[in-house]
Amino acid sequence: MMPGLHGGHAQTLKKMKASVTQVSSSLDPTRSFQGLILTLQNFWAEQGCVILQPYDMEVGAGTFHPATTLRSLGPRPWKAAYVQPSRRPKDGRYGENPNRLQHYYQFQVILKPSPPDLQDLYLRSLKAIGIDSGLHDIRFVEDDWESPTLGAWGLGWECWCDGMEVSQFTYFQQVAGFECSPVSGELTYGLERLAMYVQGVENVYDLNFNGREGADKVTYGDVFKQAEQEYSRHNFEHADTDILFKHFSDAEAECKALLAAGDRGDHHEMVLPAYDQCIKASHRFNLLDARGVISVTERQNYIFRVRELAKACGEAWLRTDAGRDKPNQNPTTKGA
Amino acid sequence: MPDLLLELFSEEIPARMQAQAADDLKKLVTDALVERGLLYEGAVSFVTPRRLALHIVGLPARQPDVREEKKGPRVGAPDAAIQGFLKSAGLASLDQAKIESDPKKGEFYVAIIEREGKDTAALLADLLPNIIRNFPWPKSMRWGAASVRSDALRWVRPLHSIVATFGPETEEPEVINFEVDGIVSGQTTRGHRFMAPAEFKVRRFDDYVSALEKAKVVLDPARRRDMIVHDARDLAFAQGLELVEDDALLAEVAGLVEWPVVLMGSFDQEFLDIPAEVIRATIRANQKCFVLRDSVSGKLSNKFILVSNIIASDNGVAIASGNQRVVRARLSDALYFWHTDQKPLPDYTDKGSLLDQRLAKLRALNIVFHEKLGSQGARVDRIIELAKYLAPMVGADASKAARAAELCKADLMTEVVGEFPEVQGLMGRRYAELQNEDADVAVALEDHYKPQGPSDRVPTNKVAIAVALADKLDTLVGFWSIDEKPTGSKDPYALRRAALGVIRLVLENELRLPLLAVVAATAKSNDIAADLLAFFHDRLKVYLRDKGARHDLIDAVLAAGSGDDLLMVVRRVEALASFLDSDDGKNLLAGYKRAANILRAEEKKDGAGAFNAAHDSARANAPEEQALAATLGAVESSVSVRVADEDFVGAMQVLAQLRAPVDAFFEHVTVNDSDPAIRINRLCLLNKLRSAMHGVADFGKVSG
Repeated sequence: MMPGLHGGHAQTLKKMKASVTQVSSSLDPTRSFQGLILTLQNFWAEQGCVILQPYDMEVGAGTFHPATTLRSLGPRPWKAAYVQPSRRPKDGRYGENPNRLQHYYQFQVILKPSPPDLQDLYLRSLKAIGIDSGLHDIRFVEDDWESPTLGAWGLGWECWCDGMEVSQFTYFQQVAGFECSPVSGELTYGLERLAMYVQGVENVYDLNFNGREGADKVTYGDVFKQAEQEYSRHNFEHADTDILFKHFSDAEAECKALLAAGDRGDHHEMVLPAYDQCIKASHRFNLLDARGVISVTERQNYIFRVRELAKACGEAWLRTDAGRDKPNQNPTTKGA
Repeated sequence: MPDLLLELFSEEIPARMQAQAADDLKKLVTDALVERGLLYEGAVSFVTPRRLALHIVGLPARQPDVREEKKGPRVGAPDAAIQGFLKSAGLASLDQAKIESDPKKGEFYVAIIEREGKDTAALLADLLPNIIRNFPWPKSMRWGAASVRSDALRWVRPLHSIVATFGPETEEPEVINFEVDGIVSGQTTRGHRFMAPAEFKVRRFDDYVSALEKAKVVLDPARRRDMIVHDARDLAFAQGLELVEDDALLAEVAGLVEWPVVLMGSFDQEFLDIPAEVIRATIRANQKCFVLRDSVSGKLSNKFILVSNIIASDNGVAIASGNQRVVRARLSDALYFWHTDQKPLPDYTDKGSLLDQRLAKLRALNIVFHEKLGSQGARVDRIIELAKYLAPMVGADASKAARAAELCKADLMTEVVGEFPEVQGLMGRRYAELQNEDADVAVALEDHYKPQGPSDRVPTNKVAIAVALADKLDTLVGFWSIDEKPTGSKDPYALRRAALGVIRLVLENELRLPLLAVVAATAKSNDIAADLLAFFHDRLKVYLRDKGARHDLIDAVLAAGSGDDLLMVVRRVEALASFLDSDDGKNLLAGYKRAANILRAEEKKDGAGAFNAAHDSARANAPEEQALAATLGAVESSVSVRVADEDFVGAMQVLAQLRAPVDAFFEHVTVNDSDPAIRINRLCLLNKLRSAMHGVADFGKVSG
């Protein structure tokens, strides 16, 4: 804090407090879902993170966002935070289960290299959203994270608050089959669970979304219940498996074709579009899995095929500007 | 004498790795000290979620000085030998060596090598970084900016600080100065993450432990376990309940807290409709909480025990209520699954009972069991056939065995098993009971997975035995047919456990199972039967050895027959063991060995099979030879009758009759007579003795 600002500080604080009270319910992390998101965004922005927006594709977890998968590869420092809508077709419950959703939000933080005080930063972020470590039992419980489809693994924990898993905390060791150098720290907050906790709500659909009361109140159910019902029907009953199988193969072929087309030897110039196809293949696989048409052994084979795509994308990423230390001195022709 | 205090402070160490890590730390440091001539009075290590600590008591401050004499070449030896000696002894010239003499060697050089002992602290500063760098964590990781270097320190989770002090009780100890990857050793640590996060200085073990205690850290995991179990029992007792003890869970929970605070939570009574095993599985696996039962009725209670890591400002009200919410959510899932499984399965409602519908789904989905062994459906069909075939051999009703086999994998399609795989089988039984299946069939659905390993319960219900054997034999025969056998430490399909399962089912139920024929019938070929039987024999040896049987006796028995009938193998081993414990047995064994040694030596000269002819009693001129021949004739037929009757104890008693004539024979008769015809005839007699005894067991494999 600059000394010159001290004089007016107390007064500024008072003004701020007053204004916070006025808008509090819509921004208060303990009273509105959006307030929780905004508080986390502000907190991590203060730590120097780039605040990104969700990736505009269907993914199973925030890790799939290229801002995590691809940016965790290569030597360049990187700090980012973003909300990622995540789709897990198998977890659909037709809107009837108070805890399970086939579409939910993750808040994702990626810090590369992992800072020495990452645990403390995480605990401070919990404090910011209203979780008092003097009242609640916060625990780091072993959880070795592995994503077979991304060819990625790391060591870390599930973070528990009073027995509830509220976050995943991972030190990435390998992504897309490549050693992370340096290692990134990844935090993934389960936003609905956290919100239910801090709002003291038993059913996800009862979450206050906008922090208003009475006629102005919008709940999570108002926003998403119908979607959960419709998508559950789709995921379990109506998703056309023949088309999904075809889409899977198409995405796989397209990914490979783009990787081949963008390959310029020591440089690669079309990784991101190729990686989109990898994401697509992965989600098609999840849908097929939810429809129960993939047997145990076939399952391994599909995972293997997605992993091969992810690895190829990772390998190509390391030959791009963002994937290496210094920009390539001799970029080749633009386009064909 | 001085003490060492070492603390390695890190982010949370996985509970399951803590105990081993504490043992490893102690062993690595003490071994390294002993190797350097530093003996100590005592060493003890401790572990919490965030720290590994080691206390070594009574270490000398210095390594002992070493004086060593090294003998060199004789005086006047060639220059090369002299130079080599000087170099190896570290001397500059011969002036530094002594000359000694002895009557044999004459005058020779001797170097006196004296090494001054180093300071223990300096040695520790040297060896501790290596131990830390090479610590045997089952899984370790890199972190932070340093992780770009290939030689970056690896630890189980990021390592933050190191305390290392050394000194006598009465003085201010010194810090053992070293650095590992930028972490400098010192004497500062921290307390409980939330209740006492400030740094503080420690000097030696005593003040370390009490300072930690004040900073809300119980260093000793055994004490944390005691605190948890006593508080849990007390809380339970006050409610008329008792703790369902669970040592593995207790150890895990003690590894998740530095300051255990035991609390009680509860869930709605309606959840008690869920089978108790499922409630326990979910509360234990997902929440790491203990379940309780009514101390009178023994029924599962709707209360549970949780262990938190802080003394909360509201005495744990928020923590207990938070845990209750999670347990409620988990049990809601379980209850939903339990109820869903009791409803008809959409698309399969016309396929019969609830379990038949699940079986139909299992078949329809064509779920692959193994890519070369076909679908689960095909596997079920094989198990049905095999269970029908085995039923009469184990005294089971064939139609019940077939029905149980048909349904044995149906519960894999239930929601509950999908969520909690550890209750497979058990759920099959529950659902079978709900749909009024025959009681034996229901039991078999649970028990056909058993026994899983050496201490699991062995089924006794005959229908269960038939299906359990069918399940395991199908797996073994299947993987043998595609040549996927266990190798070394790799046994991905748990075939060793399956074979042990068959062995325990057979032996503990005293079943007569002709394995070669059963395997051939299962495989519909004879190709693998012998090889698979050999695998059973390997596992049988391990099993019997664990039970204290002599390895050599098992080999001896297996060498004497096909070993196709495991129960008979074991009976024979038992009879042989008690025979060899007797005087007659010991002496006859000695006689056998003597005969076998002579035969081996003479067969080398005359060729194998040279003494296979019958013994010619007309040519037997020594009375002891005639006596032995006569006894042997009677014994041989009598032994084979008893072996055929499976009277192994009787067979051994008959063999015992041989002791006296064998002893007399060796005492008075020279086998290698100068007359070649007599010699050969006597060797034929010994050969007959050997083969008669081999009818019971290969005594050549018996040691001692």
